[in-house]
Amino acid sequence: MTLTDAQQLGYINAQAADGRVNVELETDDGMVLNMGPQHPATHGTLRLVARLDGEQVTSADVMCGYMHRGYEKLCEVRSYPQVTTLVNRIDWLGSFANEVPFILAAEQLMEVEAPPRAQWIRTLLFELSRIANVSLFIGDLALQLGAQTPAFYAFRDREFVLNQIESVTGGRFHPNFDRIGGLKDDLPKGWIAETKAAMVRLRAFCDEMEGLVYGNEIFQSRTRGVGVIPAAIAQSYGLSGANLRGSGVDWDLRRDANVGLVYDQLDWKVWTHPDGDSYSRCWVRLQEVREATKIVDQICDGLPSGAIMAKVPRIIKVPAGEAYIATENPLGQMGYYVVSKGDTGPFRVKIRSASFNNISIAPWLLRGVYVPDIITILASLYFILGDIDR
Amino acid sequence: MAEDTATASAEAPEIVVDERREELRAVFVAHLGDAVLDSVIKPGDGLWIRVATDAWAEAGRVAQDKADCKYFDFLSAIDWLPSPYGRYEDSALDVPFPPPMPERSAAVPGYAGGESRLQVLASVAKTGTDLRVLLKVDVPDDDPRLATWIRTYAGAAWHERETHEMFGISFDGNADMRNLYLPSEFEGYPLRKEFPLLARVVKPWPGIIDVEPMPGDDEPSEGEGTEE
Repeated sequence: MTLTDAQQLGYINAQAADGRVNVELETDDGMVLNMGPQHPATHGTLRLVARLDGEQVTSADVMCGYMHRGYEKLCEVRSYPQVTTLVNRIDWLGSFANEVPFILAAEQLMEVEAPPRAQWIRTLLFELSRIANVSLFIGDLALQLGAQTPAFYAFRDREFVLNQIESVTGGRFHPNFDRIGGLKDDLPKGWIAETKAAMVRLRAFCDEMEGLVYGNEIFQSRTRGVGVIPAAIAQSYGLSGANLRGSGVDWDLRRDANVGLVYDQLDWKVWTHPDGDSYSRCWVRLQEVREATKIVDQICDGLPSGAIMAKVPRIIKVPAGEAYIATENPLGQMGYYVVSKGDTGPFRVKIRSASFNNISIAPWLLRGVYVPDIITILASLYFILGDIDR
Repeated sequence: MAEDTATASAEAPEIVVDERREELRAVFVAHLGDAVLDSVIKPGDGLWIRVATDAWAEAGRVAQDKADCKYFDFLSAIDWLPSPYGRYEDSALDVPFPPPMPERSAAVPGYAGGESRLQVLASVAKTGTDLRVLLKVDVPDDDPRLATWIRTYAGAAWHERETHEMFGISFDGNADMRNLYLPSEFEGYPLRKEFPLLARVVKPWPGIIDVEPMPGDDEPSEGEGTEE
């Protein structure tokens, strides 16, 4: 393609007006950089096709679907209790949190409420999934920036949390523990003390990471002011979790739209950051791990006694109706729109996963950035492929 | 206009009025007028509004500018036709393949009603609150086509692509309708009910195992031991 003089001039002016340093002109289509689907710097099988002009990205396109498993279709042939096994595999680093909104939606349609102890333990496991998920993010973030050590620290300390999840549910990654009307089992003996000890470890991990990664000059210079998302754009793309709060939007479903969990009875804080850049998103996540350890401590201290299962029929049939329940999962808002026709299984389930919306901003966000920043921006958006492709 | 109440609240002994959601609905009624075809409020839980097909783009603008629902949550569709395959609980020997399609009249819409087989459903929310609006719109059966929302909510672009490949609904004005998940040469719309779940066609479900009552379960539970 050849450009006219007027077009070339317009292009240079547009670049200069954009405040971008690079005004080198490529009159052909530029270079195409293909990352993935197996590129080591992507999380899983995401493929990114970036069109470059010199060192700058002129357009970027995200190709997903390498892990599409068709859960929405599969849910239509499963019974309600069977669906939790499927949805466990959506965000595999914080699996328990995937089960909760679906179970809550089914409970709402059945007009069943879990007993208080079950609600407390659900909240406890929900926050443990958050810690397991996001602590690994912090290690992985450093890995993307070229630091190896924090990743090993993260794997080491996440193990304490996974052990606790395993000793309750029997599964390190896929607990499948939540039931309509309550939980499968109660906590094992001695678990509370072990968990509190693990939380002490995790708080030390956060302090360590804050000094090692967040305080690092290289980390700061590569993330501060990079990949800025204004609040209005973040809302219009439906970003959620730390990506939204990192843009200064003070919205957390745990505080503002709490359904069926006990966050309203606990003392905790929603962290936001006004900058909207890569650093602020990562910073908010770090604070959320700290806050989650405090929530877990409070639940361990205040756990009520009683039953863990409400009375539900042996064969679960959910009355006809529609319900949408979203919760604040480790990656952001996760919701299930459940349509029931009074059958043993759902008629239609729409899974609203956080990463799908979070990564859909990438083509907008990557336009104009430099090639090394692609990695830091994608790392700071933090997606999990199972959560995009479902 | 639009004064239906949800079945859930109709059965409740006292009539609960959800003032915040009533206000939110009033905003849509004030700006869209007759284009608001039906609405349902479940007090303390949700607001469903069904708008006319040609007012879909306008409904998005009203939601964003007038109702202050700046947060785009999701957009998808529902196929209200019952699946001809049931839930694949019968042995494959019992049913012919492909089974006859259900009558068009078997498609019964959910909350806020509807006339078409396919409905598009979108959710927008007001940040900082628990208020969200679930907007529904009928899509014509013969030509499933709708106006795009990408001028209002940028995030709708991918959701419309997904809805297009899964349900075959086109969005006028959204130029990028490439498949997100499926191979580009894929034929059919997987989330439509007439599309078989191929895994179950290749290897049929062994059938429902009868559940016997547990010892000590004296009260007969609902639908015990039998499946329809």
